[in-house]
Amino acid sequence: MTAKSKIFQPISETSDWTFELIEKYHSEIERIAKNFGLSTYPVQLEIITAEQMMDAYSSVGMPVGYSHWTFGKEFVNTERNYKRGQMGLAYEIVINSDPCIAYLMEENSMPMQALVIAHAAYGHNSFFKNNYLFTTWTSADSIIDYLLFAKKYIADCETRYGEEAVENILDSCHALKNYGVDRYKRPPKLSLQEEQSKQQEREAYLQSQINELWRTIPEKEEPASDKKKFHYPSEPQENILYFIEKHAPLLEPWQREIVRIVRKIAQYFYPQRQTQVMNEGWATFWHYTILNQLYDEGLCTDGFMMEFLQSHTNVVSQPSFDSQYYSGINPYALGFNMMTDIRRICEKPTKEDYEWFPDIAGSDWQTSMDFAMRNFKDESFIGQYLSPKLIRDFKMFAITDDDKNRQIEVSAIHNNNGYQAVRSILSEQYNLGSNEPNIQVFNVDLKGDRSLTLRHTQHLRRPLDKSAYEVIKHVARLWGFDVKIQSIDENEKIVKTYECSPPKN
Amino acid sequence: MAQIVDRRLNGKNKSAVNRQKFLRRFRKQIKKSIENVIAERSVTDLDKGEKISIPKKDTSEPFFHHTQGGHRDMVHPGNKEFQTGDKIPRPQSGNSQGDGSEASDSGEGEDDFVFELSREEFLQFFFEDLELPNLVKTKLSTITETKKIRAGHTSEGNPTNINVVRSLTGAMGRRMALRGPYKKEIKSIESELEDLLKRHDESDQLIIDLRERITYLKKRIKKIPFIDSFDLRYDNRIDQPVPTTQAVMFCIMDVSGSMGREEKDIAKRFFMLLYLFLTRTYEKIQIIFISHHTIASEVDEETFFYSRETGGTVVSSALKLMSSIIQDRFPTNDWNIYAAQASDGDNWHNDSKICVDIMNNKIMPFVQYYSYIEITADRQQNLWEEYTGIGSNWDNFAMKKIEKISDIYPVFRKLFQKRDA
Repeated sequence: MTAKSKIFQPISETSDWTFELIEKYHSEIERIAKNFGLSTYPVQLEIITAEQMMDAYSSVGMPVGYSHWTFGKEFVNTERNYKRGQMGLAYEIVINSDPCIAYLMEENSMPMQALVIAHAAYGHNSFFKNNYLFTTWTSADSIIDYLLFAKKYIADCETRYGEEAVENILDSCHALKNYGVDRYKRPPKLSLQEEQSKQQEREAYLQSQINELWRTIPEKEEPASDKKKFHYPSEPQENILYFIEKHAPLLEPWQREIVRIVRKIAQYFYPQRQTQVMNEGWATFWHYTILNQLYDEGLCTDGFMMEFLQSHTNVVSQPSFDSQYYSGINPYALGFNMMTDIRRICEKPTKEDYEWFPDIAGSDWQTSMDFAMRNFKDESFIGQYLSPKLIRDFKMFAITDDDKNRQIEVSAIHNNNGYQAVRSILSEQYNLGSNEPNIQVFNVDLKGDRSLTLRHTQHLRRPLDKSAYEVIKHVARLWGFDVKIQSIDENEKIVKTYECSPPKN
Repeated sequence: MAQIVDRRLNGKNKSAVNRQKFLRRFRKQIKKSIENVIAERSVTDLDKGEKISIPKKDTSEPFFHHTQGGHRDMVHPGNKEFQTGDKIPRPQSGNSQGDGSEASDSGEGEDDFVFELSREEFLQFFFEDLELPNLVKTKLSTITETKKIRAGHTSEGNPTNINVVRSLTGAMGRRMALRGPYKKEIKSIESELEDLLKRHDESDQLIIDLRERITYLKKRIKKIPFIDSFDLRYDNRIDQPVPTTQAVMFCIMDVSGSMGREEKDIAKRFFMLLYLFLTRTYEKIQIIFISHHTIASEVDEETFFYSRETGGTVVSSALKLMSSIIQDRFPTNDWNIYAAQASDGDNWHNDSKICVDIMNNKIMPFVQYYSYIEITADRQQNLWEEYTGIGSNWDNFAMKKIEKISDIYPVFRKLFQKRDA
């Protein structure tokens, strides 16, 4: 018996949970998190069943959502996997809202509940509250309201215009949802009351605008030569859904509103897609640190720690590239190790660390990590903080796969010459901008056949997948007239064109 | 301080709508998958949910993404022996990034999207577009089945059904009504008394009489009972006839030597399909098994499917038996009668004519539907030819030939296809 365990009793001895225990663990976790200086939204813990977890899971983690078959597909898939016992059903879902809602599944044991509380209700929560992408791009206080509005609006449309018509629009919008985000401009705040009151106003106004844009009849006979160079839009537009919402000639007002809903929700999820490594790494680092603190204070038993560590180890394992379980770099593993590594660099810097990270080596770890969490996204985070030690630990190597060569070349490995290259290539791997094809609205033939031209600017000669033939059908359905996609190479030469006419009704 | 909310009792079927949408969208593919299932699985399993697989490419949603090609730099973990500058052959159709995480996690292979239908959903798809012919006839006929429903209150009944509130309200009304005349009288006597008292004093006889009268009246008021048996009210429940629908299904099978195990198996499946189908329409279904060779007998299911007899075949014996069972036990205004006959078509030569006679006069007028399946890989036998005549006389008669197990479902569908009205 050590001295400390005389002072502190473990909160619980068995692995069963009760509401009182959850409350006790939570208040200890909260205290520890506060001591470490985590700033969070208020926490709301919700106990749910496995079925409810599956429901939440299949609606991309949101507590409410409009209905669409794709969520049904997710659901049958999740259900089947769960029944087969393949999936240790995600034990955490956390919603970026204020208060921050974290789900606890009733089937979980007490150590798992504590893990989820530390991971989701404190780790993710503080990330949501402080990371610059989330603070600029999402409004935690109004998202639930907006989703309710969306659900009701779409249900109303279904009764008024028929389920099939609504489904068609949603299908088309979903195909383009990655192209419904503003990358550089902060969207206005969402608010339920405003949404509802403005929605009708917007309907009327939009329609008048579109009528204006397309009113071409009186001035048909103009010298064609002037119009040769005329482009509409004058600058290429990256937000295709926004462009369609505002300018597609034939959409009904309610269809525009649906386009808007999909676009708004895509925008809300955009920061999550850009910060997966950081977000998970941060949350994992904190559940690890907090629960260890709990253990050091004698508040939990050895058995508790064993169960926690086993689950933690599974989460952060990284199979190597030749393993049958390999499916890319595990964001939990990379994130957790990078976060831990930052703390190590601050607390026990080596000579190498002083060379590579003069700013933070030997500094206060909490301040340095807080700074990293607030001001980066995956791409820049890796570019800034991936250390040579971690590259060695992961035994990372970079390959170059160029279709002009018959073989793949190993371009860098974990040695002195390779660190910089590995780091910048890995960082680039998390750049959504270069991972997703760069497709923008290029031109609308205002005076002619009203066709829409999208431009795909090839990045490193990477071609579009053939699913583009399917996507373009959706674009054509929304636009209502012919649609073209041109792939252009570095020399602005068109290398491939996709064309599609809208479906005839 | 955190809020802890117990949401477990909230609805769990939030995804039900989405699931229905999904099923509706892929109904064509699901139906196709079900048809394959029927061909491969034993019919005894049909009454359960079913695993359905539809091509993954149909369910995938397109989005813009890169495919292999061009120039690509990637970082992987777990280097063992590579040195900078090493050349590696390009792996065949290697799992390029993109959908790498979708790697096959099941035994089904990556090309199928597999999920489970519940029993209800399965049957829905299974019998979609099928309908029972001539359903109208006895569907609405009422059977002496009743249900208790509430029907106001009565003044006599069972003590357990006493309606307290109603009884006490009645009692109160009665008390007020009975008190009325006495109170009126008391009031008038009291005012008279007041008048008298101004002129006379208490010892006056008139005043004493009046006072006595008041006391008497007050006593009378007190004597009015608080509650009387007359006040009691009972909840009333009456029997209301409930329309129920019921059906009887006759399974007639030839068990003579010519019907082998395989033919019987096919017949069994057909009967089971019919049974399943009937259960969706009727609340109660009775099944009568009639097996026959040269003589017919009503048997239990076990004997029906598994006993083996030898000898010749006289189909008319079974039809006679069926006809008499209908007359004895299943009055046609109460029962919907369905019959399915399975045979290899073999019949004693002179018997087929008799069969036609019985069918036309004693069976077809009474049954909702009669289906005959002939299980044979050969040319149709004599029974078929005779039955063809019946088919042209009666709408509710259908016959089809089945050669192998996989024919069952298509034939079944054909027999019960929705007809245009």
